Amino acid sequence: MAVDKKGLSRRDFLKTTGIATGALVGGGLIGGLVGYNVQKEGQVAGTGGHNGVGGEPAAVNNRGLMFFTNMAEFNVLAQAVERIFPEDDLGPGAIGLGVPYFIDNQLAGNYGSNVKEYMQGPFFAGESTQGYQSRLTRGEIFRQGMVRMDEEAKIRFEKNFVDLEGQQMDEIITAFQKNEVDMKGVSSEFFFKLLRQATLEGAYADPIYNGNVNMDAWRMKEFPGNQMTYIAEIENEKFVKYEPKSLSSMEH
Amino acid sequence: MATTLDKVDVVTVGVGWTGGIIAAECAKAGLKVVGLERGKDRNTADFLMVHDEYRYAMRYDLMQDLSKETITFRNHRKMRALPMRQMGSFLLGEGLGGAGTHWNGQTWRFLPYDFEIKSMTDKKYGKNKLSADYQLQDWGITYDELEPYFDKFEKTAGLSGEDKNPFGGKRSSPYPTPAMKKTPILKKFETATSQLGYTPFMLPSANLSEAYTNPDGESISACQYCGFCERFGCEYGAKTSPEITVVPTARKTGNFDVRFHANVVEVMKQGNKVTGVKYIDTQTGEEYIQPAEVVALTSYVMNNAKLLMVSGIGEQYNPETQKGTLGKNYAYQVLPGTTGFFDEQMNVFMGAGSLGMTIDDLNGDNFDHSDLDFIHGGSISMTQTGTRPIQTNPIPPDTPTWGAEFKKASIYNYTRTLNVSTEGASMPHKENFMSLDPDYKDAYGVPLLQLTYNFTDQDRNLHKYLTAKTSDIMKEMGAKTVMAGSPITNYDIVPYQTTHNTGGTIMGASPDNSVVNNYLQHWNADNLFVVGAGNFAHNSGYNPTGTVGALAYRAAEGIINYSKNGGSLV
Ligand SMILES: Cc1cc2nc3c(=O)[nH]c(=O)nc-3n(C[C@H](O)[C@H](O)[C@H](O)COP(=O)(O)OP(=O)(O)OC[C@H]3O[C@@H](n4cnc5c(N)ncnc54)[C@H](O)[C@@H]3O)c2cc1C
Ligand code: SF4
Repeated sequence: MAVDKKGLSRRDFLKTTGIATGALVGGGLIGGLVGYNVQKEGQVAGTGGHNGVGGEPAAVNNRGLMFFTNMAEFNVLAQAVERIFPEDDLGPGAIGLGVPYFIDNQLAGNYGSNVKEYMQGPFFAGESTQGYQSRLTRGEIFRQGMVRMDEEAKIRFEKNFVDLEGQQMDEIITAFQKNEVDMKGVSSEFFFKLLRQATLEGAYADPIYNGNVNMDAWRMKEFPGNQMTYIAEIENEKFVKYEPKSLSSMEH
Repeated sequence: MATTLDKVDVVTVGVGWTGGIIAAECAKAGLKVVGLERGKDRNTADFLMVHDEYRYAMRYDLMQDLSKETITFRNHRKMRALPMRQMGSFLLGEGLGGAGTHWNGQTWRFLPYDFEIKSMTDKKYGKNKLSADYQLQDWGITYDELEPYFDKFEKTAGLSGEDKNPFGGKRSSPYPTPAMKKTPILKKFETATSQLGYTPFMLPSANLSEAYTNPDGESISACQYCGFCERFGCEYGAKTSPEITVVPTARKTGNFDVRFHANVVEVMKQGNKVTGVKYIDTQTGEEYIQPAEVVALTSYVMNNAKLLMVSGIGEQYNPETQKGTLGKNYAYQVLPGTTGFFDEQMNVFMGAGSLGMTIDDLNGDNFDHSDLDFIHGGSISMTQTGTRPIQTNPIPPDTPTWGAEFKKASIYNYTRTLNVSTEGASMPHKENFMSLDPDYKDAYGVPLLQLTYNFTDQDRNLHKYLTAKTSDIMKEMGAKTVMAGSPITNYDIVPYQTTHNTGGTIMGASPDNSVVNNYLQHWNADNLFVVGAGNFAHNSGYNPTGTVGALAYRAAEGIINYSKNGGSLV
């Protein structure tokens, strides 16, 4: 996990607070840490606070877990997505952008229960050209994935996933990507693809979905979000910079 | 027990472009039309908060609910066909307007060559240019015969374009509205392709360059270049779609009634006539029979073929014997292309679904194929459709696909990357076909349609050749890093390619090798019309809907004639 010079990384926090790592595992504290980078900005996801129309950023944080019931699993998710999309000098990583909450919240809804997917049997593994063939929903796949990542950490390094060094986490994620980890009802490679895709979705979706906090991912990428028209600038030879806008600015 | 309703003159199954056009023309001619649409009602008011990549582009909010119905797929006959469980390669429409709500609007007329491809290929290159495994055939209609219908569709749509394509068929009138704005990105392509000796021109667009009122009195607004066009509805009513043009035209006659949540499960047949359709009200589960003088299948390529198959109308194609016509000549497209990484930042997030420039020099038989191992080609374009941040993470070769390096590279290149892309034509092959799946069923107990499809050597050769050409163009455009697309191997149902599925219910001059005649009238039942890209005997190097629209106008004329005189129209 990269160190943010202005804020604190998880590791710094552990050092400065002097709390033994082990004591945190399974407890609520790391869960609190996941949201740490977010809250230092004084920003709350889902309120579209920066859109220039919606007024002052809301003071209440309504964010919470809707799918995961076990903080240890959620924390694995948080660290894994941060490895996929890390914090750096450009700006926040997946944790700072609220991606773990985005994914959790999506898993609790249509996405997680495959509401719009054909889920009738019989199920067969199929060729790679045939796509999704699991009897498991995305929610079930993610949950199993988190458990398996933690188990891999214990097998390989005798530690919990969240206590690994960044490179060790990467080794495990790569093993999933290369289909070297056994999972039930789904290949680890497929799970990795889901995880990577969901990370990008959480980073770059409109903040109404509880990711892309403060529209910071859009700002990094210089994508202006929801602008109504570009007719006046479409022929401009120069690159045009906009302050991004969220859809939440339209619900007035 | 199904409830039998009062008989109507015409029933359409589905209300997208084809259903809408037939409804409008027949209702204007005084026929009573019922449109059965399994999706919901929707219009521009539903799209005011549509700039939401996640909901619409990633989670397919406007598209078919696959939990109710999908297709099964295999690459070849020896493979077990499995359901396409989530949307991927193509995005099926559902709801008023069908896929015409969330299309881009790049609106082409196929080339004169396309309609007579077999005769012209044989004449120029001899009978053995392609092996006998390719089921090439003429369409039973010429470009000139279809021209008035192209013209009509373009006027309904208010198409924006410029008549500068030296290879296009003859036009009886200019484009109804001027071409869209030529942006700096398009100009780069224009300069490079001109320098290479090609003839670039503005892509014909259904995102209108100016406000327009069509001959039916429907108004279409001017495009705002908002960049949320492909997969989205237009909040301005600036993208021509059935629900702002032909559907209101049909409705204001008083002769058209759309029933939503009406899922058709069977075409009823007696002797050599169809008598109507059976549908299920998906909100109540009740079954209805809607009797009609004429049935028009306008439910897209897949469902048109499936409904004929489950209703036992026509002879199913058999790949062993190559006998039977229903399900044969399924074709798709290949997409040769090259990505270029530039130093300067560009306004890639601005755009419109059909904002683009094209060259046609390497499409159809516009170039000599004597020494080439394929026929046809593709239109090569630079489009500026508005790149979206979730889906657009361009990284130069050898960059990891996740982690620190990925993040930096994908962010840096997001505003510095362009693509030259091709719609590559695809020829029918005896092993590519549609049939009924023996194992999987839809939510109403009806078998799913099964697709057996793979790319063939013709596709691979064409792809390779045109990829190199797009790479030359990108080099000429001055990209710092030029990354040509990889060669194609097997067709994969997962990544989005195009919603340009064709064939299965092809048209032709004889019942021996086609399902419908050139009025799209079924050879085995003269009051049944089957309309859509399924009528294409092969796929061309363009997007399909211009030609689909023309065929729908042709079919509407056929239905009106049939209602007066009966019998076969050819
Ligand atoms: C993202 C996207 C971009 C595209 N861009 C372009 C483009 O730029 N240019 C171009 O030429 N084409 C484009 N297309 C393709 C274009 O949208 C289609 O060619 C066109 O809309 C097809 O019209 P249709 O009437 O044949 O079918 P559809 O529009 O699919 O309409 C069929 C209707 O039938 C209904 N239906 C199906 N089965 C049943 C049943 N059993 N009972 C009742 N109703 C049923 C469906 O709900 C649907 O509403 C694009 C498509 C997509 C998805
Ligand atoms: S780009 Fe133009 S046509 Fe497309 S949705 Fe925006 S305003 Fe409508």
